Amino acid sequence: MVFLSPDRSGAALLMRFARRRYAPNRADIVALLLIAAGAVLIVHGADQMGRTLPQLQAAPIVLDLARLPGYALLTTLRMFAAIIASLLFTFVVATLAAKSKKAEIIIIPALDILQSVPVLGFLTFTLTFFMGLLPGREWGVELASIFMIFTSQAWNMAFSFYQSLRTLPEDLVEVSQQFHLSPWQRFTRLELPFAIPSLVWNTMMSMSGGWFFVVASEALTVGRTTFMLPGVGSWLAVAIERQDLRSIGWAVLAMGVVIVLYDQLLFRPIVAWADKFRFEQTASQEEPRSWFFDVLRRARLLARLTRPIGHALRSAPPLPVVRLPAPPPLDPRVSRGLDWMWVGVVVLALAWAVITVWRYVAVSISLSEAEMAFGFGLLTLFRVLVLIALASLVWVPIGVWIGLRPAWAERIQPIAQFLAAFPANVLFPFAVMLIVAWRLNPDVWLSPLMILGTQWYILFNVIAGASALPNDLKEVASIFHLRSWQWWRDVVLPGIFPYYITGALTASGGSWNASIVAEVVTWGHTTLHATGLGSFIADATARGDYPRVALGISVMSFFVITLNRSLWRPLYGYANRRLRMA
Amino acid sequence: MTLAVERPADIALVEVRGVQHVYGKGGGSGLLVLDNVDLTLRPNEIVGLLGRSGSGKSTLLRSIAGLLKPTAGTVSVKDMPGDDTAHGVSMVFQSFALFPWLTVLGNVELGLEAQGVHPEERRKRSLAAIDLIGLDGFENAYPKELSGGMRQRVGLARALVVQPSVLLMDEPFSALDVLTAETLRTDLLDLWCEGRMPIRSILIVTHNIEEAVLMCDRILVFSSNPGRVIAEIKVDLPQPRKRLDPAFRALVDDIYARMTARTTPQAGNRDGLFPGTGIGMALAHISTNTLAGMMEALAGAPNNGKAELPALASELQLEADELLPIAETLQLMRFAEIEGRMIRLTAAGKRYVNAEVDERKQLFAQNLLAYVPLASHIRRVLDDRASHQAPARRFRDELEDFMSEDYAEETVSAVVDWGRYAEIFAFHEDMDQFSLDDPA
Repeated sequence: MVFLSPDRSGAALLMRFARRRYAPNRADIVALLLIAAGAVLIVHGADQMGRTLPQLQAAPIVLDLARLPGYALLTTLRMFAAIIASLLFTFVVATLAAKSKKAEIIIIPALDILQSVPVLGFLTFTLTFFMGLLPGREWGVELASIFMIFTSQAWNMAFSFYQSLRTLPEDLVEVSQQFHLSPWQRFTRLELPFAIPSLVWNTMMSMSGGWFFVVASEALTVGRTTFMLPGVGSWLAVAIERQDLRSIGWAVLAMGVVIVLYDQLLFRPIVAWADKFRFEQTASQEEPRSWFFDVLRRARLLARLTRPIGHALRSAPPLPVVRLPAPPPLDPRVSRGLDWMWVGVVVLALAWAVITVWRYVAVSISLSEAEMAFGFGLLTLFRVLVLIALASLVWVPIGVWIGLRPAWAERIQPIAQFLAAFPANVLFPFAVMLIVAWRLNPDVWLSPLMILGTQWYILFNVIAGASALPNDLKEVASIFHLRSWQWWRDVVLPGIFPYYITGALTASGGSWNASIVAEVVTWGHTTLHATGLGSFIADATARGDYPRVALGISVMSFFVITLNRSLWRPLYGYANRRLRMA
Repeated sequence: MTLAVERPADIALVEVRGVQHVYGKGGGSGLLVLDNVDLTLRPNEIVGLLGRSGSGKSTLLRSIAGLLKPTAGTVSVKDMPGDDTAHGVSMVFQSFALFPWLTVLGNVELGLEAQGVHPEERRKRSLAAIDLIGLDGFENAYPKELSGGMRQRVGLARALVVQPSVLLMDEPFSALDVLTAETLRTDLLDLWCEGRMPIRSILIVTHNIEEAVLMCDRILVFSSNPGRVIAEIKVDLPQPRKRLDPAFRALVDDIYARMTARTTPQAGNRDGLFPGTGIGMALAHISTNTLAGMMEALAGAPNNGKAELPALASELQLEADELLPIAETLQLMRFAEIEGRMIRLTAAGKRYVNAEVDERKQLFAQNLLAYVPLASHIRRVLDDRASHQAPARRFRDELEDFMSEDYAEETVSAVVDWGRYAEIFAFHEDMDQFSLDDPA
């Protein structure tokens, strides 16, 4: 009993090879040029970053238009370094959490808290740490900046990967077990592919948030020392100091171009490619498209050149699989006992950490100061809530209007996503100029800056929600002539609610973080101050006053976590339970 | 059924001895899914495991595939002595279980890749398997581009390409429409009879009686409280078998009777067909509309209050395992009685059929409280409490002492549905809470 004559399939194979052509085509030229240019730029940028600190300080930022593309490149490279670090972190930590119950007990709550902590506040600590690690080299400052961006990106990516690993389809897991896939094969064939769609989306969201931090973390001032890493953020800082409006305009343009390029050349292709990993087994009606992805796919020579790599990877001898003998099954009671002991160890470690921090802070901070910081927190909380409410009042109707008109939605959705990615801090100087010129009250008028960059999350989520309203519901609404308030209350608001909550949650988290740079802004020698927790942290950072920075961060984390637990989380749960379209 | 060289028939490819499987909380008094099952699979035969959903047949199959470890008993898989082409077992899944991100070829190659087969060899063998199973031309398609039938062909090719000596099939055709299922079944039987597959025997799980009789040389019928082999039937009809052949029909009817027959036909033990007793009884979530529809069908012409189950099943176009839980739910609530192959409406059932909406609800409420212990238990708890409220979590926890989480979930949702219809209590999904308040 053998399979059918092997000759026939052998011949079919030959035919298939013969039909393929390997001559380069036009798509090849485009693809190769772009890829080569990318490689040159990366090498050039990395070379720049390796300089020593004296060199860095000897060559200050020059507001020369010819240098701007180079600065934009360095800013972009920092961003990508951070995203690669975030991906590595995600694979290691999320896998650990999904596979080991003991690791899960620590990792999941830690991720949950870390993603609510205002990363901008950490600047002082990370800079000191990395400078100590790599004394005298620019790399130390670079790493501090990259680490900052990393801390704004990694957590939600890790969460998404963890969730995917926990929800692997049961039947595919059984197939992998049945064929005895090695852990590595299981990862590349099952776990990673299944996680990709959600991971790509989360990486994209992280990138959007990251531009804000890359700009904020390039010009670092700690105590009396100022470091200016070559990049758009530093360009901006210098331009603000010199009140050079034209240079600020150029920075805005440069950021815009960079974001469009990264979107077109990197993310759209990846999203288009990731579409094949979606788990539904039905063909999707609307496939994400990307011209660059099409070019890459059509590039014949490129495919020919890269095939040996793929081939080598596939045919590499399988890594020797070390199968450890399974530990003898424990009595369930013993195993539960061990779990509890582990929890005990974790709790003790936490208690020790809290006491250490407390001692450190308590030495230099009085209770009244802590109360004051708490009061500032309330002020900033008030700002965040009012701003979210205002932004919702504006963007929900507009988003619904757009979402119900597919032709508009298709055109506006990318713009909204672009605006969400655009680092709003680049635009702050314009606002400051207006406030100074019209002598407005900074306590009120600096507030909108906090939501300048994050309001777009509300807009594009609402657009997505309104576009996803099922057609039959819309038809029912029009048959029964549902009008005005009833139409909003019974059809639209419940329909978009889950999407709106996602947007508002993101916007709220982003606004807290933004408050650290938005409550204190400078324009030349004018510094505007809004009273709040953000300015408290920013001032303490500028003074190099570590205990107060720590206090500020703790209070802000407390506020963010409380707000998430008591408002956003319940609303999110409600939306998912009751209002998801089945 | 191969006409190849006679092989010693006393070799066991798969040997299952005294397998027992218990679901539920840590080893204690869980739900017994499989009890003391023996099975021997010999070369050159197709054996069917036939039973209702929840009779543990899939559990048994997964134990043989090495995916589950039985609570007690042994499973051993052997290769034919001197056979160097076929090894071990391989499985075809009801849901196809294809990797959506791999092409047809990629899916088929998966098992060989795990074995570390050289890429060229891997490709050659996979293309041969794809050819064999009739997927030629679809090598580069992704599963989402294929119809259900084509997807299951991929599942079959993937299982065959690793050259197992035993092919395990878990309801392989039940996710397909009738026509597609028939085509696939015929193709598989052709390949088997012509000896073109490398496998030595097939073990197939099904709940479809006709399918079992069409394909198998031997059928093991499972009871479902708990899963036990209650009958072993040899099918000697020559292939290809015809559905309209009187011998075929007689065999189907016979198996039907065995599946519906109560193991202990004592009066008063009417609850016995559902696993568990008292409030720990695992109920099937059958809609009240379905129950009413079944009673009306029984009362109407030509049945006039009683019918043979196989005839009723074909009249209502239901599979045995769809019809039986409905019949047994009616029996549990004393709206009908099952005796052998017959089902008969009781006096209460007849009254129900002739009543108007409100009276129907009252009758339903009476019998629900009297004969479904969980329903009366919930009602009693609600009556006792001053607030007249109780969280559903509490009852689910109680049930999980007797059964798995999924069964507890289904049982509670069945009682919620019936209780709402009978208006004996209210249930609030947002709060996951039972109460006595009238929603009026």
